[in-house]
Amino acid sequence: MPKFNMDPKKHPMPSQDPDVRNKNFSEVALGYDAETAIEEAKRCVNCKNRPCVAGCPVGVMIPEFIALVAEGKFEEAYEVISRTSSLPAVCGRVCPQETQCESKCTRGIKGEPVGIGRLERFVADYHMEHATATPHCTIRNGHKVAVVGSGPAGLTCAGDLAKLGYEVTVFEALHLAGGVLVYGIPEFRLPKAIVQREVEGLKALGVKVETNAVIGRVLTIEELKSEYGFEAVFLGTGAGLPKFMGIPGENAKGVFSANEYLTRSNLMKAYEADSETPIMRAKKVAVVGGGNVAMDAARTAKRLGAEVYIVYRRSEAELPARREEVEHAKEEGIIFKLLTNPVEIVTDSEDNVVGVKCVEMELGEPDASGRRRPIEKKDSAFTLDVDCVIMSLGTSPNPLLKQTTAGLETKPRGEIVADEQGKTSLEGVYAGGDAVTGAATVILAMGAGKTAAKAIDEYIRSK
Amino acid sequence: MYRILKKESLNPTVTRMEVEAPLVANKALAGQFVILRADERGERIPLTVAGCNKETGAVTIIFQVVGGATMALNEKQEGEYIADFVGPLGTPTHVDGLKKVAVIGGGVGCAIALPVARALKERGCAVTSIVGFRNKDLVILEEEFRSYSERFYMMTDDGSYGEKGNVCAPLNKLLESGETFDEVITIGPLIMMKFVALATKPYNIKTVASMNPIMIDGTGMCGCCRLTVGGEMKFACVDGPDFDAHLVDFDEAIKRARTYQEFEAAAREKHCNLYKKEVE
Repeated sequence: MPKFNMDPKKHPMPSQDPDVRNKNFSEVALGYDAETAIEEAKRCVNCKNRPCVAGCPVGVMIPEFIALVAEGKFEEAYEVISRTSSLPAVCGRVCPQETQCESKCTRGIKGEPVGIGRLERFVADYHMEHATATPHCTIRNGHKVAVVGSGPAGLTCAGDLAKLGYEVTVFEALHLAGGVLVYGIPEFRLPKAIVQREVEGLKALGVKVETNAVIGRVLTIEELKSEYGFEAVFLGTGAGLPKFMGIPGENAKGVFSANEYLTRSNLMKAYEADSETPIMRAKKVAVVGGGNVAMDAARTAKRLGAEVYIVYRRSEAELPARREEVEHAKEEGIIFKLLTNPVEIVTDSEDNVVGVKCVEMELGEPDASGRRRPIEKKDSAFTLDVDCVIMSLGTSPNPLLKQTTAGLETKPRGEIVADEQGKTSLEGVYAGGDAVTGAATVILAMGAGKTAAKAIDEYIRSK
Repeated sequence: MYRILKKESLNPTVTRMEVEAPLVANKALAGQFVILRADERGERIPLTVAGCNKETGAVTIIFQVVGGATMALNEKQEGEYIADFVGPLGTPTHVDGLKKVAVIGGGVGCAIALPVARALKERGCAVTSIVGFRNKDLVILEEEFRSYSERFYMMTDDGSYGEKGNVCAPLNKLLESGETFDEVITIGPLIMMKFVALATKPYNIKTVASMNPIMIDGTGMCGCCRLTVGGEMKFACVDGPDFDAHLVDFDEAIKRARTYQEFEAAAREKHCNLYKKEVE
């Protein structure tokens, strides 16, 4: 048994220097080396009640994999993680561990918790670099399941069902699988090669991936069931519909949804000099919103050469983005205009953005969300001189499936109605992830995909 | 990968292609569109479906070669493959129950107007077609149009073929003479559709414009194709592409279409990558 490392602090994550990385799209965090990983793993005291596992939406057996890392058995550690997680290299990078597994860590009571996310990432990267054996295919059970959407919920559901022996086909509307992992999260936070390798891993398990397939249009859910023999369908269609503020000037040239801006950069690689897809090379950019997507858009704009402002109507404490993302953005030179709310986009005669008129805000009593309600300060209007505005106000579920699927119940804002197991109003149709909850996190979507896979398995067995 | 079954040149800059995409061919209706990428690194181009054949699984597209992405597409030959082809997207043009309709197409927009005229004719509707081109060399699909139309008007800007003038001239004449239509459907350059809408407005004739703004995903995700219709924000990809032409803010749409103009110009100079509009 290795001796515990009682250092109260996590081993820091080696990262690119802020002034270097804000000019390139390479990954910001560089990852632990083997020696650091072993040392960090030794900080886990292997406590009896394993609170970290309860904090993980997909129930990764954290102490077990960390113990193997401490012994240098990295491939075995990967084997433990992959029993419950289909996307370890992704989770190790984008999960908000600070509010999940790590928030429950015993070591966090006095000092910093074990760097669980960093260790997960190390193990997954080690596996990708060293693994030679292809995963052994489970014996097929002859039952077919369709998964609609290849984001974190869909990929997780597909992976779990394939491991149980189902013949799974994933349908993706775009030309690349990965959903928000490829169109939304930037390369510098989650390299696309990693997403592709995770998808390849699922294909090796026997999962079929059909890109360029918009379910609801090219095939309906009913047709998937009646004509193609899928016994169950999982809907992991995400929350892709961008919101706008409804202020004057929002359709001017130079106003983009974060989805558009990020899709151009991430999916279409518009940041590369020889890309066929254009992206606006703005001088000064205001990103409206304070979530992770706003940070991604701001940091992308910075890398494309702009001076960048985050405009957010509440204060720093209410920023919905992960602390780490906010810190990274600040280090990279993003300017935070907090307690500031846009009221109008100012344009020239050609409808180009030349500024954004804002008002200052102050915080009043807590509102329904529990956060203090921002109230406009009188006579506080001012204009921020920018040539580009990126709206990052959140997204709602895509209405396409609702429009084309009779009997699929949805909430007023478009979320698909599903019970805790993911069961929808339609027989044999399950749903999970942002399509059900509205925009949330990768790991919650994965958790929902996992739960639904279990429910689908039970449903098909009981037939 | 999607095989090119047939390719022919309609005029020096407009090409017709049949692409093997049986599932799309099985579902696509007049007014719907596809998004394609010629190559692995290509731009996503939205193109309205110009026809499809359920038996052969072929989807017909007609495009104008104006930039990098369409040049790349046009370099592909029969028997070769294009990387991505997704559809049908958007809502189909409403054609049922109409008895008398004027279909007004401009330039390569006629490629999209044609399947609408055909769908109307198949439903027993009397179609008046008015098509306009810059000059004789650019005229496409004339015979096909004639075969679906009770009345047919050919207009060219320079008078080198048909009548000299734009599509509004015969339309105005018809309207002034007391002619009425259940609906006017217009597909072509934004400026043309704007003036068609202005022409029909005083007569209170329902007028539908097929909008083709810049798009990326085509499923409602990017919001790039947004436009103002009756004071409300709409997404052409999921709410359209057809909209009530009397309510569309064409001036805004015209400005938005120029968003990547500089990029296009620079790219054109470099002889490579640029954003391309389907209808010019």
